[in-house]
Amino acid sequence: MHEGGFFYQAFVYLSAAVVSVPVAKRLGLGSVLGYLIAGIIIGPFALGLVGEEGQDVMHFAEFGVVMMLFLIGLELQPALLWKLRVPILGLGGLQVGLTSALILGAGIAFGLAWQTALALGLTLALSSTAIVLQTLNEKGLMKTAGGQNAFSVLLFQDIAVIPILAVMPLLASGHVAAGSGDGHHAVTWVEGLPIWAQTGVVLGVVVMIVLAGQYLISPLFRIIARTRLREIFTAAALLLVIGIALLMTQVGLSPALGTFLAGVVLAQSEYRHELETDIEPFKGLLLGLFFIAVGASIDFNLIAADPLLITQLVIALILLKFVVLFVTGKFFRMSLDNNLLFAFALAQGGEFAFVLFSFAVQNQVIPPAVANPLIAVVAVSMALTPLLMLINEKLIQPRFGTTEKAARAADEIDEQSKVIIAGFGRVGSTVGRFLQANGVQATYLDIDPDNVDLLRKMGLKVFYGDASRHDLLHAAGAGEAELLIVAVDDPVKTLAIVETARKHYPNLKIMARSVGWTDSYDLLDAGIGDVYRETLDSALRMAADALHRLGFRRHQAMRAVKTFRRHDERYLRELAAMRHDSKALIRGARQRIEDLEKLMQEESENVGKHKDLGWDATTLIEEYGKMQSDS
Amino acid sequence: MKKILIIFAHPAFQKSRVNARLIEGLAQMEGITFHDLYQAYPEFDIDIAAEQQLLTGHDVIVFHHPFFWYSTPALLKEWQDLVLEHGWAYGSQGNQLNDKWFFNIITTGGGAAAYSQQGYNFYTIRQLLAPIEQTARLCKMVFLPPYVVHGTHAITPEEIEAYREKGQRLLTMIRDGDFDLAAAMQLQYLNDYMKRSD
Repeated sequence: MHEGGFFYQAFVYLSAAVVSVPVAKRLGLGSVLGYLIAGIIIGPFALGLVGEEGQDVMHFAEFGVVMMLFLIGLELQPALLWKLRVPILGLGGLQVGLTSALILGAGIAFGLAWQTALALGLTLALSSTAIVLQTLNEKGLMKTAGGQNAFSVLLFQDIAVIPILAVMPLLASGHVAAGSGDGHHAVTWVEGLPIWAQTGVVLGVVVMIVLAGQYLISPLFRIIARTRLREIFTAAALLLVIGIALLMTQVGLSPALGTFLAGVVLAQSEYRHELETDIEPFKGLLLGLFFIAVGASIDFNLIAADPLLITQLVIALILLKFVVLFVTGKFFRMSLDNNLLFAFALAQGGEFAFVLFSFAVQNQVIPPAVANPLIAVVAVSMALTPLLMLINEKLIQPRFGTTEKAARAADEIDEQSKVIIAGFGRVGSTVGRFLQANGVQATYLDIDPDNVDLLRKMGLKVFYGDASRHDLLHAAGAGEAELLIVAVDDPVKTLAIVETARKHYPNLKIMARSVGWTDSYDLLDAGIGDVYRETLDSALRMAADALHRLGFRRHQAMRAVKTFRRHDERYLRELAAMRHDSKALIRGARQRIEDLEKLMQEESENVGKHKDLGWDATTLIEEYGKMQSDS
Repeated sequence: MKKILIIFAHPAFQKSRVNARLIEGLAQMEGITFHDLYQAYPEFDIDIAAEQQLLTGHDVIVFHHPFFWYSTPALLKEWQDLVLEHGWAYGSQGNQLNDKWFFNIITTGGGAAAYSQQGYNFYTIRQLLAPIEQTARLCKMVFLPPYVVHGTHAITPEEIEAYREKGQRLLTMIRDGDFDLAAAMQLQYLNDYMKRSD
């Protein structure tokens, strides 16, 4: 009953997502499960709104995984990656090796050829990067030891896919030529080259990406940013990711790995936050699409044909992987909490299994009769993962877990500044320098690419981007920061930043720079108490020095300025409140003149009088002076 | 010849009648440095190093101030807190002020009689100056009796002029070494030293 039109398909997928994800989130199931359920519902075995093209959609949507790894790379400084080398190689290697070996043994025990059993083992040892990372991210568990280790293992698996793909044809019973490849790994540049040359090309490309990321991409983005066209920047960001993915495919590496590497290289770039916020929505949508496709691809006919076998296989797969992971985690001395999280998170088959199965079938390593039910098993195990993690979180952790998790998680949050300064011009730079001089590191956001470039050379944490965007504020750490200092010179922009920040981060304290009276009113109306008129203090200092030049005592002038400023600030607030009372809103110049009139009248009545009566002997002289002269 | 540093503190000098007259000509006197504290630090941001250097360069330190609430004005109190550092002014390593002479020039609203057990201030000036005297002692300085201008609420311009002239004569004698320290130390007020020589 479905039609092939692009818009029709887009409509079906988008409505499925829009309807099911909020419901799933509401029920506490998380977005991944929501997408998967949506996929099952619209899939050929329920409503049948999407059909066989689901497979193509899945291939397309796999790009979401690539983007996700790019984003993960962006958040991972090279130094941090280096710190992870032990879990990546140790944990990852042990997990893949042990799992493959056990499945190999089981396969042989069930009477499969050892080649087939080994291919099965290698394929099923892999877990689902997409589902695991998305779920961990959503739960905010990426920075915990369990999350970090899960990530390390996934990274190792991503790398392991390359040799597995290379080994697969060698396991073939003989007559299929190596390197015939499937659609996924089509003709590449390196095919036909000897192994050493292939390795050389791959290494060369990796070095190229690192060098380009270091020296080429930043200047390029600077030029693009200077056009101040947002969509061109977004296009460039997409181009970067797609370009790297293509290049990687051409040299026979996994595109996910390549973009991850590019992300790591760019993690220190000033355009990091901007790239992040530009790629993020694409990644989110594609990943959602991917999960829907996984859901839709679960072959319920096959399951219905032999539900017992499939159930047993699913349980066996999850149990086996869980036990291996748990033992490995124990071996690496993970705490119980983290180990449970780690093991539950990774105890499923991964999306690479789909690729590897079809590749293995083509190479006649695995017969279709074995592969098809296992594809269903992998899909079901993937779909069960969010559920398993939910069970771990809600049922198992509270009972068996220890309480150290919270403290541990807080430890590992990376260097998040407590202060965000939006705008690094005359005002922002002074505030920032002052804070830095007093040992407070701030995160800066600025929209002028030249400015950003200069400041980064001075070693400051400055990022390019428009601070009125929620996603950029988020990327700069507004969720964890205590204070947002808005120091941009455009009142319209200031108000936009303030409104975004107040809406999304009600607990974030905000201080704002204003230009004059009118925009100060607006900020006060928006509920910002800490409004700083950019010229008030210099004007008053100048006025105080003028008084001194005219013969006033410095201390007297200073006190007069303080009195004046206090009065002026109070009056500003009174006038801001008063504006709402008057029915006719008199704006602009007339309003200002009226305000100034009221102000000056007030001042001549109150402020001018000397109030330092403690230093005034007049009344004392009246009382005691007479007494003394009398006596 | 002794070099004299007058540290003057008056937060509302613009309202002053007595002190404004008393300091006339001081800044021009040879061998005397007149340091107007409220003019130098209107925002109380005392430059400690500069102040210490000033102290080291002089032999006699004078606090010149109105006697507000039986003490110094706020800035001069802060000056003591910050400038007289441990290890510099006092303590086993703090010997920078050793053997310098120290005294106060103060103006009070109340008359001399008010500063006695029978008067409304109950304590004598010397009793009330005990914190400053002890400060000077801890800094190993020689504490001289104060020069006091009493009864400023009802003082006449002629009286002020007499105080000014006498005070500056006293400073000149101290500067030129024409001064009997042992005799001065016996007195309640430095004012009486002049009486003696008159």
